[in-house]
Amino acid sequence: MSNNVLLDVQSAGIQFGGLKAVSGFNMKINKGELVGLIGPNGAGKTTSFNLLTGVYVPTEGEIFFDGKKINGLPPFKVTRLGMSRTFQNIRLFDELSVLDNVKVAYHSLANDSVMSSIFRLPSYFKNEHEMENKAMEFLKIFELDKYKDETAKNLPYGKQRRLEIARALAANPDLLLLDEPAAGMNPFETKELMELIAFIRKQFGLTILLIEHDMNLVMGICERIYVLDHGVLLAEGSPEEIRNNPKVIEAYLGEEIV
Amino acid sequence: MMKKSKQFWGFTILAIAIFVAIQFMISGGFLNNFYSNTLIFMAINIMLAVSLHLVIGITGQFSLGHAGFLAVGAYVSAIMTMKLDLPFFAAILIAGIAAALAGLVVGIPSLRLRGDYLAIATLGFAEIIRIIFMNMDYVGEAAGMQVTHLTTWTYTFICLFVTILVIVNFTNSRHGRACIAIRENEIAADAMGINTTYYKVLAFAIGSFFAGVAGALYAHNFYIIQPSNFGFLKSIDILIYVVLGGLGSLSGAIVATILLTIVSTFLQDYPETRMIIYSLVLIIVMLYRPKGLMGKMEFTDYLKMWMRPKGGSQHEQ
Repeated sequence: MSNNVLLDVQSAGIQFGGLKAVSGFNMKINKGELVGLIGPNGAGKTTSFNLLTGVYVPTEGEIFFDGKKINGLPPFKVTRLGMSRTFQNIRLFDELSVLDNVKVAYHSLANDSVMSSIFRLPSYFKNEHEMENKAMEFLKIFELDKYKDETAKNLPYGKQRRLEIARALAANPDLLLLDEPAAGMNPFETKELMELIAFIRKQFGLTILLIEHDMNLVMGICERIYVLDHGVLLAEGSPEEIRNNPKVIEAYLGEEIV
Repeated sequence: MMKKSKQFWGFTILAIAIFVAIQFMISGGFLNNFYSNTLIFMAINIMLAVSLHLVIGITGQFSLGHAGFLAVGAYVSAIMTMKLDLPFFAAILIAGIAAALAGLVVGIPSLRLRGDYLAIATLGFAEIIRIIFMNMDYVGEAAGMQVTHLTTWTYTFICLFVTILVIVNFTNSRHGRACIAIRENEIAADAMGINTTYYKVLAFAIGSFFAGVAGALYAHNFYIIQPSNFGFLKSIDILIYVVLGGLGSLSGAIVATILLTIVSTFLQDYPETRMIIYSLVLIIVMLYRPKGLMGKMEFTDYLKMWMRPKGGSQHEQ
């Protein structure tokens, strides 16, 4: 295994009772790549995200992140190793302010103890100050800084999506997993989002894996694409290869009538 | 940073003012024994409400067993002063620690459960604690245990002050934010690197600690403690303070506790209709303020809104 591989999934799979949701899933992502994961509804895309992030424990196969085996680790430990994610159905901390949503992501990077926060020791103020500054930096990148005191649930939908990405980014990941980041966005917002993803990738030296239905976005920014169908890997390759792969066309459009 | 310490000093000065005013009224004879006892009882109830607020309102873990930790604190402190002849302040501290340990023992297995299931499990644990005391010869079984009256207004107020200060400081730190994140969305909190089990158990243990401290004051405020004082209904009483005040609002829990303690004290003169009127008060408050008296707001939020009414045009939503 070369040192350049960040994520290495070796025939991972999960079975719920008698249902094999995902099986024999292989994936290799190199450092710095932007990879797409596509497939029809119910193909197992989000399930494989949940396998990678520790929400589900794989019933078969192994997952290595940065050379470390991570299957079986709880999600918070996976995040601390450097993999953070967004969710298909937005999961913000609704009642917290926009700023606090991002500050929560700094939680595991701060080191003030419970006692120092109860007794308000200097380390509490130092950490709190640092967290606030860094969180504001991210809010500025995502143009959310003027909403910092707004309650997260009061943001419009598109901004909630951006806030979720900002929050995931604040956890300081090497690998960022985006689950349908453009869902529900109009073409203009999608284009803006594409530019933003390209920007943060360069700015933070990120590796990105994204699930998306918007083919313009996927074909436009992904360097490599994996296609899932019925829980099995159907194809893998460059956008051009995927576009012309007969199996992929069949899965998406149905079989051609000869 | 400045703002935070200003808030702290404001709170401290307010607390000292309240303390001095009431102490003066007690020593000056303006408040008779009945009223000063009611005040102590009110302060103990506030400690219970605020500690449960940390578990339910902040961390979102629905516990129905708070009276169990009150019982642990009450009995442990009584054993310390009555059987081992330790000074009262040591007994208070040991009662808190014992209750926190009980909280850990109960919390570690049961906080894997969620919602209704957690409520039932904590309810069960609290009953177990009560039944253990009921069958312990050492603490007088069902007949109860004699306790000297040691609780004074000073002890009570210092404990209340520390309880509120610790819980407010905990809530307004990264640890408290982690707890609120768990309440808001446990899956997302986990995905953001928060050890959810650790924080649930921690909040539960801190809540239990202060319930234990309240228990020590409670035990030494009466002349006898009996297992029947710590039943399921006591847990419900505390829960009502928290819910009526507004889940997630510490000031709300305090306001609701003060209000309900006053209502139930004055209703003692009408024993036949007492519970009916008390229940009616609950129903009416919940009908007109379904999110509780304060919703999720704190006093300081109201203050902030009140201090900048001039920019009202920016405030429309």
